[in-house]
Amino acid sequence: MPTADSEQGWRRLDARTVRASVVTVAGICVAAGMPTALGIASSSVFWALVTVLPASVAALVAAVVVEHVRLRRTRYRVTADRVELVQGIVVRSRRSVSRDRIRTVDLTAGPQVRIFGIVTVKIDTGEGGSAGGSVSLYAVAREEGERLRAELLDRGGGAGEPVTDGRLATFDPGCVRYAPLSILTPALGAGAYGAVLQVAQWFDLQAGVIGWTVGLLGGLGLVGALAVVVAAGVAIGVVGSLALFVEMWWNFRLDREPGGTLRVRRGLVTVRSISLEEQRLRGVELVEPLGVRTAGAARVDAVATGLRSGGDDKADRKTLLPAAPRGEAHRVAAAVLRERTGPMPAALTPHPRAARGRRIRWALAGAAVPVLTLTALGGLLSSAVLLHLAWIGAALGVPIALALAVDAYRNLGHGLSGDHLVARHGSVRRSTVALQRRGVIGLNARQSLFQRRRGLMTITATTAAGSGAYSVHDVGAAEGLAFADEAVPGLFGPLLERG
Amino acid sequence: MGNSGSEPGYGEPGDSEPGDSGQGGSGPRDSGPGQLRLRPPVHRVHRTAVTWWRARILLAGAAAVAVPAVTALLLPDVVRPWLVVPAVGLAVVTVVAAVGMPPWWYRVHRWEVTGDAVYTRTGALWQEWRVAPMSRIQTVDSDRGPLEQFFGLATVTVTTASARGALRIPGLDHALAAELVHELTETTQATPGDAT
Repeated sequence: MPTADSEQGWRRLDARTVRASVVTVAGICVAAGMPTALGIASSSVFWALVTVLPASVAALVAAVVVEHVRLRRTRYRVTADRVELVQGIVVRSRRSVSRDRIRTVDLTAGPQVRIFGIVTVKIDTGEGGSAGGSVSLYAVAREEGERLRAELLDRGGGAGEPVTDGRLATFDPGCVRYAPLSILTPALGAGAYGAVLQVAQWFDLQAGVIGWTVGLLGGLGLVGALAVVVAAGVAIGVVGSLALFVEMWWNFRLDREPGGTLRVRRGLVTVRSISLEEQRLRGVELVEPLGVRTAGAARVDAVATGLRSGGDDKADRKTLLPAAPRGEAHRVAAAVLRERTGPMPAALTPHPRAARGRRIRWALAGAAVPVLTLTALGGLLSSAVLLHLAWIGAALGVPIALALAVDAYRNLGHGLSGDHLVARHGSVRRSTVALQRRGVIGLNARQSLFQRRRGLMTITATTAAGSGAYSVHDVGAAEGLAFADEAVPGLFGPLLERG
Repeated sequence: MGNSGSEPGYGEPGDSEPGDSGQGGSGPRDSGPGQLRLRPPVHRVHRTAVTWWRARILLAGAAAVAVPAVTALLLPDVVRPWLVVPAVGLAVVTVVAAVGMPPWWYRVHRWEVTGDAVYTRTGALWQEWRVAPMSRIQTVDSDRGPLEQFFGLATVTVTTASARGALRIPGLDHALAAELVHELTETTQATPGDAT
């Protein structure tokens, strides 16, 4: 786009941004204005129109004006070593980011932005906390976004290389079947009921809604009615989690690009492109929540430095592969780490039996607390219902707790695989992490009084990436120390002695 | 003790207690030969730290006891037992902790600067050994709360690029702490690497 500044390389945002913003504001007007209008209209239709319509029009006009001014006042440029952004309508700000500090360039296009062929570009240095770490461009043409991404992330990658140097994984529609197995399903189901009751309460209809439901299901008896309510909740949850998964992961692709960048592209309505420099990768984590694990599937997360998790995107940006059959997950994990055999060896070294005892005791203690509380309350209040609940809780809770404890013990393991240290633990959320051995920046060993008695120890490798620390839980003390010394030579080594 | 790498002149060298625990008992010294373990770091913290820890427990305990005790004075007799009993319980716990914990912590807390790493042992019920190599150290700070200032002590914190990798050495003589911070800063600056 030729502007007066163009000889110095200054560029402007795309003019279509105004339209996208107007659509956004219009959406807000409808979402906020409709309930308000309906509320006022119940007393006076005239006042509803007189207040809501002009307010909406004013908001739209303001959006057009403000966005025009903002676009005129915003410019950015990419120089040989910096990215600069000048913005601000009243207070002018100039932000300058060194190009070799840039870690990610993410492109996001929500529906209102996407239809106009533009994208939001977020250039991030991954230096958490400080606002100076990122530059956000809302919005530029899609081609311009792609160009910026390629230019900023390609560090001296030779010209003439193919644009895509390897597709590591693609979306498999069959994997949608794993979506309802997530914890999201019951949460969405319960959330839906909660939302209905909440909305009903705003309009003072809560009693009415409950009465209507009771009337509707009254003929089925208590058990039948409960079954219908639960089934409906599950159905809502399944539909909701499916929809969310499809929105998030549709058309998913994981590529390795020249210049050493992993790129995830995905999304049905909102399209996202997330880049991750391999240089920042310290390993991968294979995550298997209980439901997904029983179905033989696993998810692959990146363990990388400077990845802010959460943030504006609900799905963690670190996920490299959504729930997929375990074999596929292993293949992708190996491909990401450039390991031939896969970072997770089939047989990890198991941990001593004493670790099982600890888990069983924790599980029984966890099951005992609610049971004992119910029993004590039942005894105090001489309530038969509470006592019944207590024995039912014990009968159900103890076997479940024991099964989880034994499973957690069987899942414990550690090992070395090429350049990676592998540690696995967990039952409800089984996690197998493969951590680059040279990415370990410190070692901790931890022993509780009980662990010491049984000769157990928890060894933790600290790293600049991911959650910052990954542990080998309840390993035999001597065995764990020897393993840590082998995995990361030179740290514990000089401090070890034979007693 | 093979502490060849550590600088002389840092006070409080531990008496050559080889056990890795302060729990009494036979200790791992008697366990079979060849059992691998971490040797304790060389230096103890300053002896005044025992008094500092004790004062801290007593102050925190006094504050915790004061709440139910004062409330009990203001409220009618009927509810008093419900407040006095917890207050007495808290007081007993405080006194027991103030008597027992500081010597235990003193036995466990040790630190050492080897040639290329900082090594600490902390805790009591949960003992923790931490090692951070010089090349990965990002910052070295010392800080002194009001109580520490009163006792002439300081806490040195060594951080790495890991969000969870910080080493803390509490209860050092404040002059020694300043010297340690200075030395570690110089050493880490001289060590190449981007610390990640």
